[in-house]
Amino acid sequence: MIRKTVTNATEALLGIKDNMTLMLGGFGLCGIPENAIAELVKLNNTGLTCISNNAGVDDFGLGLLLQKRQIKKMISSYVGENDEFERQMLSGELDVELIPQGTLAERCKAAQGGFPAFYTPAGYGTEVAEGKETREFNGKMYVLEKAFKADFAFVKAWKGDEAGNLIFKGTARNFNPCMCGAAKITVAEVEELVPAGTLDPDHIHVPGIFVQRIFQGDHYEKRIEQRTVRTKQQ
Amino acid sequence: MLDKNGIAKRIAKELKDKYFVNLGIGIPTLVANYIPEGIEVEFQSENGVLGMGPFPFEGEEDADIINAGKQTITTMPGASFFDSATSFNMIRGQHVDLTILGAMEVSEDGDIANWKIPGKMVKGMGGAMDLVASAENIIVAMMHTNKKGESKLLKKCSLPLTGVKCVKRIVTNLALLEITENGFKLLERAPGVTVEDIRNATEGNLIIEGEIPEMILN
Repeated sequence: MIRKTVTNATEALLGIKDNMTLMLGGFGLCGIPENAIAELVKLNNTGLTCISNNAGVDDFGLGLLLQKRQIKKMISSYVGENDEFERQMLSGELDVELIPQGTLAERCKAAQGGFPAFYTPAGYGTEVAEGKETREFNGKMYVLEKAFKADFAFVKAWKGDEAGNLIFKGTARNFNPCMCGAAKITVAEVEELVPAGTLDPDHIHVPGIFVQRIFQGDHYEKRIEQRTVRTKQQ
Repeated sequence: MLDKNGIAKRIAKELKDKYFVNLGIGIPTLVANYIPEGIEVEFQSENGVLGMGPFPFEGEEDADIINAGKQTITTMPGASFFDSATSFNMIRGQHVDLTILGAMEVSEDGDIANWKIPGKMVKGMGGAMDLVASAENIIVAMMHTNKKGESKLLKKCSLPLTGVKCVKRIVTNLALLEITENGFKLLERAPGVTVEDIRNATEGNLIIEGEIPEMILN
């Protein structure tokens, strides 16, 4: 067994420098690497490019890095829940590349799987395709999209073991598996870190080979963005 | 005239047995409340769930189980969770049968704009560009006119496009329309709405053939 465990977030983030490109898992605030983000805030590196579907909210998730002006560029698909983000973008302080959500996922997967680029129909005929190669296959038009290149990927799983194997829960899975192995170093944080041999190999969502460092997070707030419920009578 | 629930009700009649359906944020989400009796459908949410159920009972919400609108949800028997790439393989690979989404503008040749107002609103496209570029069947749910009373059914979209020549049908507060080679074909009028009302609220080419029936909602 090749051991991937590190003791805490501080050790997990060793090597982070200014101007690096980071991938961060999560959809909205669901399944975000809360402990890695908290450590990034502490480290106070600047000039970061962040690849993440969303940009958090004003006071949580990537919003915390935006507040401190640590992010130079965001690559995301939807950023509607963050006023500070919108302000920085409209004022030109923050560089933003908005890309289709499926393209974002696939550009991670391509990096993970060694594909330099791929064709997708998403964005054809829109400003997303401007300056990109397009090509017809079977009578339909496609846009050439390239694999991401990133220095670190930060993902969050439910359970993990010493070998870096990961299991996710619910829709907290989202972009996390796609980002594993898609950067030079993948750092996984988990709610529960267990000894190797505890998890059933048949139940592993991401094999440990895609993860270089794993640690158990100190605390998870797991904030809910839109608490929607029904009453028993309905 | 229809309210948002009325639009959702009329769209729900387009659901067919064994359909996998992706519902966008807003009016489309309401469609799940009006599934016709006797058919089996499953709702896909692009953040990674198939077999989405209603909102949880109070106290049973789980931060790890949400829909693409970031709302807490539940799952139905037979549901599954998956990663974002798998989710968009379902969409891009046309395994999802029907996409229902909102729009700011639709053009008479089926272009749709719903993700950006330059210099004003910049929220992003989310999964909409993948959905409209891939889905075989796309229904748009929206109001016929904007807050200023201007038509949202146009000759050409004025806002940045989400997708080209992709919308199949539109259900608004006034009408059900189909995109054809020659423009918006009027299929049904909303209750209490005249053909003249619809003509006045439609900037793009409107095709009216014969008697236009009033919608039946129940």
